[in-house]
Amino acid sequence: MTTIETQVAQPYKYGFVTDIESEVVPPGLSEDVIRIISEKKGEPEWMLDWRLRAYRNWLKLTEPHWANVQYPKIDYQAISYYAAPKKKPQLESLDQVDPKLLETFEKLGIPISERKRLAGVAVDAVFDSVSVATTFGAELRKHGVIFCPISEAIREHPDLVKQYLGSVVPHNDNFFAALNSAVFTDGSFAYIPKGVRCPLELSTYFRINASATGQFERTLIIADEGSHVSYLEGCSAPMRDENQLHAAVVELVALDNATVKYSTVQNWYPGDEEGKGGIYNFVTKRGKCAGKNSKISWTQVETGSAITWKYPSCILQGDNSIGEFYSVAVTSRRQQADTGTKMIHLGKNTRSTIVSKGISAGRGQNTYRGLVKIMKGAEGARNYSQCDSMLIGDQCGAHTFPYIDVRNSTAIMEHEASTSKIGEDQIFYCRQRGLSAEDGVSMIVNGFCKEVFRELPMEFAVEAQRLLGISLEGSVG
Amino acid sequence: MLEIKNLHATVEGKEILKGISLSVKAGEVHAIMGPNGSGKSTLAQVLAGHPAYQVTDGSVTYQGKDLLDMAPEERAREGVFLAFQYPVAIRGVTNAYFLRSAVNAVRKARGLEEYDPIDFLDVLRDKLKAIGWDDSLMNRPVNDGFSGGEKKRNEILQLAVLEPRLALLDETDSGLDIDALKTVAEAVNRLRKPDNATVVVTHYQRLLNYIVPDRVHVLAEGRIVKSGGRELALELESRGYDWIKPEAVVA
Repeated sequence: MTTIETQVAQPYKYGFVTDIESEVVPPGLSEDVIRIISEKKGEPEWMLDWRLRAYRNWLKLTEPHWANVQYPKIDYQAISYYAAPKKKPQLESLDQVDPKLLETFEKLGIPISERKRLAGVAVDAVFDSVSVATTFGAELRKHGVIFCPISEAIREHPDLVKQYLGSVVPHNDNFFAALNSAVFTDGSFAYIPKGVRCPLELSTYFRINASATGQFERTLIIADEGSHVSYLEGCSAPMRDENQLHAAVVELVALDNATVKYSTVQNWYPGDEEGKGGIYNFVTKRGKCAGKNSKISWTQVETGSAITWKYPSCILQGDNSIGEFYSVAVTSRRQQADTGTKMIHLGKNTRSTIVSKGISAGRGQNTYRGLVKIMKGAEGARNYSQCDSMLIGDQCGAHTFPYIDVRNSTAIMEHEASTSKIGEDQIFYCRQRGLSAEDGVSMIVNGFCKEVFRELPMEFAVEAQRLLGISLEGSVG
Repeated sequence: MLEIKNLHATVEGKEILKGISLSVKAGEVHAIMGPNGSGKSTLAQVLAGHPAYQVTDGSVTYQGKDLLDMAPEERAREGVFLAFQYPVAIRGVTNAYFLRSAVNAVRKARGLEEYDPIDFLDVLRDKLKAIGWDDSLMNRPVNDGFSGGEKKRNEILQLAVLEPRLALLDETDSGLDIDALKTVAEAVNRLRKPDNATVVVTHYQRLLNYIVPDRVHVLAEGRIVKSGGRELALELESRGYDWIKPEAVVA
C-alpha cells in the first residue's frame, strides 16, 4: 500500500447547527423582499433606493460562467434572503446576547469576551444575517475609530456610508455584487480617522446557521489619510446537504498615506467526500488605493467552501501606491477554487506583489486567475507575480491563468510560476527522520505556504497552519 | 544488532534482491560494494522501509525486533538512519526546524523530553563543533538549492544530530571532491561508537580509505557473491567487478 491517497477523510469540525429560533423571510427575491429587508433594518429611504437600483440592474445581468468551476444551476428564488436570531440581541452588552449564540462562538473558538483584549482584537460577529456583538466599541471610539455593524453605520454615519458605499464595487459591477447590493443584510463597517493607527486589530466572524439561507454580508473599510488598520475575517458554516450561497462584497478605501491590511481565513463547509453540500463562496473583494503612497494588502487562506470564486483586487490610483495579494488556496475532496487577484495600475510608480499558493488534494481543482493591468498613465509601474501549485495525489488538478495587459512601456513585470507534487520520496525522507507521514506532509505544505503565512497576524497564522493540517488530513495514509 | 536472512525484495514487480543474508554486530563497519544495478541502494532503502519496495521473502531482525514489521518512522525512532543518495529538498522549511522536529519526534518516541528551539540551538552548536562544521547550512531550507556536496554534508550533519544506532550510508561519496570526502568521512569516524554500527554502500573503494570497514561484501545481481576483509575492497579497485560473477556464490 503506497502512501499518497487517503487523508481527506477528516470530518468538518465546525459542522454543528445551533438550535436557536430564527426569523426567516420566505424564500424568493422580489422588490417586496428587498423592502422587507430594508424595513427590518430600519434603513433610510436612500438606502432602499440604492438596493432597488441594484436589484433592477441584477435582473439585467447574467450569471457569469467563465470561471473554471462546475455546479448545477442556482435557483435564486429558492433562497431565503434574510435570517436572524429571533431574540434581538443588544449590541453593547454581551450579557443580553442569547447564551446559545455565545456558546456557538465559543465552540468556534471566537471568544467574544475580555480574553480578546489580551489578543488585541475587536470582534464583530455576524450570525446568519445579523451582527450580534461588537466588542470594544467604546475603546475604539476613544481613538475616533468607528467599528460597527454596517446596518448601524447606515443609520448612525450616513454621510460616510453614502460617500463610500459602492465607490469601489459599484452596485452593477457584476452579477453577484449586484445581488449583494440588493439584499445585503449585514456586515462590518470601519472608519479610521486621519493619522490614527488603529490600536486593535479589527475582526469579523461570519457564521451561516439557518438552512436554505444565503449570506450576503457587506464590508466597508475606510482608512483616512495617514491611518493604519489591520482587519481579520473568519468564517464557518454547519454541514448541510444542500448548497448554500454566500455572496459577499468587501470594499476597502485607502486615502493618502493610509494602509489597510485585510486578512481572511475562510473555512466554510466544503461539502462531503462525494461533493454533496457545501458553500458556494462567490465573493467580490476590492480595494482602492485612492491616495498617494497608500497601501492595501490582501492575505487570504482559503480552505473551505465547495466552490470559491474570489479575486481580492487593488485599484492603484494614487501615485506610489502599493497593492499586495498573498493567497493560499486548498482544495481537497471535490472542492473547486477559482481565485486570484486583479492589480490595476493607474498612478505613477505604483507597485504590486502577487504571491499565490494553490494546493490540490483528493479530487480538488484549483485555479489561479489573475490580471495585472498597467494603464497608460502608470509611469514606472512594477509588478511581481509568483504562482506556485502543489499537487497531492493524482486525481486533483491545478490550473493557472495569468493575464497581463501593459499599456505603458516603462512598466517592469516579473512572473514566476512552479508546479510541484508532494512525492512519495519527500514523505519517505521525513518518515526516515522519525516524523509521521501526517507531520511530514504538514511540514512540506507549511513550508510551501510560508511566504503567505508570514503575512498573517500571529494569531491567524497559527489558526491557518492548523486548518491546513485538518483540510489535508487523510490525503496521505 | 542486525541480522538479515534470505532477503528478497521487488520494485514494481521486478525482483531486485534475491536472497541476501548478512550479519552486523555492534561496533562494526560493513561496506556493501558492487556494480551499478546490483541492488546496493535497494538494500539500504528496504532496510529503511521505503514503501515502493516489497519484501517478498526473508527476515530482518534489528536489536531483537522484526524490522520489516515496523513503519519507516518507527525504524527511525529505533535508531535506524539512512543517509540518502539523493536527499530531497523541502522548500520553506529551515534545516534547523526540520532537524529539531526530527530529533523531537525521536525523543518523544523514546519518552525523553522534547527540545524547545532555544535548547536545541545549544545542542546543535555542540554537534556542529564536534564534527568541526559551521552553522551555515542551518538557516537555509532543507536541501533547497544545495550543491551536491552540501546535500551530502547535510545528511552527515543529520546523522550527527540524530545519533542513530545503525547508520546506512548510501553512496555518500558520490559527487564529493576529495576534500569534501575527507570531511564527511572524518565526521562519520568521529561518530563511531562501540554500541553503534555502520553500513556503507559504495561503488568506489576510495571512501573506504577513510572509513575503514571491518567487513566488505560484494553484491551482484541481488546476491552477496563475496565477503571479505578490507583487502577485498582494494582488490576490487585494481581488478574491477568483472572477475566476480554470480556463479561464484560461495555456499
